[in-house]
Amino acid sequence: MIAAHVSYRNRCDFCQLSHSAAAAAHLKGNYDLVEQIKIDPEAAAVSDKLKALLAIAGKVQLGGKQVTSDDIARARQQGATDKEIHDTVLIAAAFSMYNRYVDGLATFQPLDREAYRDMGEQLAREGYVRDRFQEDQKAAQAAQAAQA
Amino acid sequence: MAHISLTEGLPGIRGLMTFSPETTKPLTELAQVLLTGPHSLTPAEREMIATYVSSQNDCFYCQSCHGSTAAQHLGGTPEHYDFIAKMKRDFESTNLSPKMKALLNIAGKVQIGGKNVTSADIDRARHEGATDKEIHDTVLIAAAFCMFNRYVDGLATWQPVDPEIYREIGQQTSKQGYVGRDYKKPLEAIAAKQGHTNT
Repeated sequence: MIAAHVSYRNRCDFCQLSHSAAAAAHLKGNYDLVEQIKIDPEAAAVSDKLKALLAIAGKVQLGGKQVTSDDIARARQQGATDKEIHDTVLIAAAFSMYNRYVDGLATFQPLDREAYRDMGEQLAREGYVRDRFQEDQKAAQAAQAAQA
Repeated sequence: MAHISLTEGLPGIRGLMTFSPETTKPLTELAQVLLTGPHSLTPAEREMIATYVSSQNDCFYCQSCHGSTAAQHLGGTPEHYDFIAKMKRDFESTNLSPKMKALLNIAGKVQIGGKNVTSADIDRARHEGATDKEIHDTVLIAAAFCMFNRYVDGLATWQPVDPEIYREIGQQTSKQGYVGRDYKKPLEAIAAKQGHTNT
């Protein structure tokens, strides 16, 4: 949700749609909640702690210096730990990288939410590091061979 | 004071690396791949891209560390440090190659946002001889420093102003790279100022 929110704010379609799909898969397919978190987290049906962390993520998206002591105090008051604050800032910072990488090289980005559903389910199930990329390559090679 | 509880005496990302070893591994590996090792762009040129973006993001710690590392790669004289300062202010007026200027222009666009990179920016770099790999790596270095800068500033880390500290960091990094170093080890320039070592 933090990744989807930051990617939405950076208007990176591929990142926001793929991480929305992953978040929705973790939430038993609740796309409505994910949409609300992206657009207006304060109005979303999530914990006060997550709202405070999403507010910090939104500040990081604008720039590191935008995070104020008040933002941190609010998160702490809602029970956020140092690790949760640290990881929120780093996730938001990392997506400020991924979004720029994907958009800065003008990559192909389907705009249809359905195109990301399988990807989201796979990410939710299997995470990010495994032989998935190798498997994708093998599948692409097999598809090419079938066409030839 | 930093927003979270960090080891005293470790500036910038060093305090964060000590706080979170599990994320430090992939972050240092990314810096190592992007900024060190054989490449058609020299280590100094790649460090300049990191420095310029960090300067545009107003991250004092990152621009000072990577600016010093770039200056050390160039020879480490006061003139090299002056050159890096000039490059940050106005790279177009330096004697950098037209290709490097075109790549720094792309990096500056990435700093604002990925969608700000135009076909004209890419055409300019290609016209000056930039390869796909050089364009790719420029965009990824610039994007990565939009992460590192936000990480370091977003948690309000300690960023001392003494240039000697950054000279020491630049000397270390230009020689040793990013992976496999003990970032918990106190910097001599800081220990000397405090009159004791921070162990």
